[in-house]
Amino acid sequence: MTELSLNVLDIVNNSIRANANLIEITVSIHRKSDTLSIEIADNGCGMTEEELKRVQDPFYTTRTTRGVGLGIPFFQQAALSTGGSFAIKSKPGIGTRVTAIFGLSHIDRMPLGDMNSTIYTLIMANRQIDFLYTYVFDDRQFHLDTRELREILDGIPLDTPQVSNYIKEYLEENQKDVNGEYTV
Amino acid sequence: MKSLEELKAIRETMRGQMGLRSEDNDRIRVVVGMATCGIASGARPVLNTLSDTVQSKGLTNITVTQTGCIGLCKYEPIVEVMEPGKEKITYVKVTPEKALEIVDQHLIGGNIVKKYTIAEVVG
Repeated sequence: MTELSLNVLDIVNNSIRANANLIEITVSIHRKSDTLSIEIADNGCGMTEEELKRVQDPFYTTRTTRGVGLGIPFFQQAALSTGGSFAIKSKPGIGTRVTAIFGLSHIDRMPLGDMNSTIYTLIMANRQIDFLYTYVFDDRQFHLDTRELREILDGIPLDTPQVSNYIKEYLEENQKDVNGEYTV
Repeated sequence: MKSLEELKAIRETMRGQMGLRSEDNDRIRVVVGMATCGIASGARPVLNTLSDTVQSKGLTNITVTQTGCIGLCKYEPIVEVMEPGKEKITYVKVTPEKALEIVDQHLIGGNIVKKYTIAEVVG
């Protein structure tokens, strides 16, 4: 992976495969503590303690199409190599929460990359799932909640051109406003 | 900051002009592999190109969606076209440019873009 936003897209696919219908993605950047944190929380099927122990092993996967599962190990490695931390919490029937904390100014931290494109892809390709995306930069933030959008739209699908364009612009403009001059 | 008020305005202008979507059983499904292998090979821009083009061309009988690993990792990004009553077509090593050709020739024109199919590329 060349940017963290691609890791996010990858990790969220675990939530999708776990049959989640609400996935919360939070990116928070705090210059004071020099951290960039990414959290992905879902209400999917969750994992047992036994599965949870094995999920960080690249040679463990539940899929049958290939024998390795590199999503979690890639993401974990990306965080740990910046002096950060990585944690997964999960409960069967409740859901899973993945938290990765990166050293913001660490030389080995990958760029965040195009988070908006990741969120947009997820919304467009998973019409049956709701997403709550929160982006925090120091003391400023914005969020996008597809449940709010659906309520306003009253039956108009999210993947109609006017609406998807709005979503794109909403993400771009608000991230720009929240970031100010800063480039992540 | 962009607000939700703007979305309400969009809803008002769109009320009444929404055509009914076709029934699920005669929709064409376009599926993009989005596991680690697909993402690392560039599936995100492929999916976004497909989704945007299908929308902008008003192809409301087509659903663009994502799936996990298909098991052909080295041929990612992979795009599958599933049309009711027809055999599934699998395109391999797709780029945004190839995706545009697939929309124009296959999804709109009804002609499979043979040179990008797994049968041609893998042999």
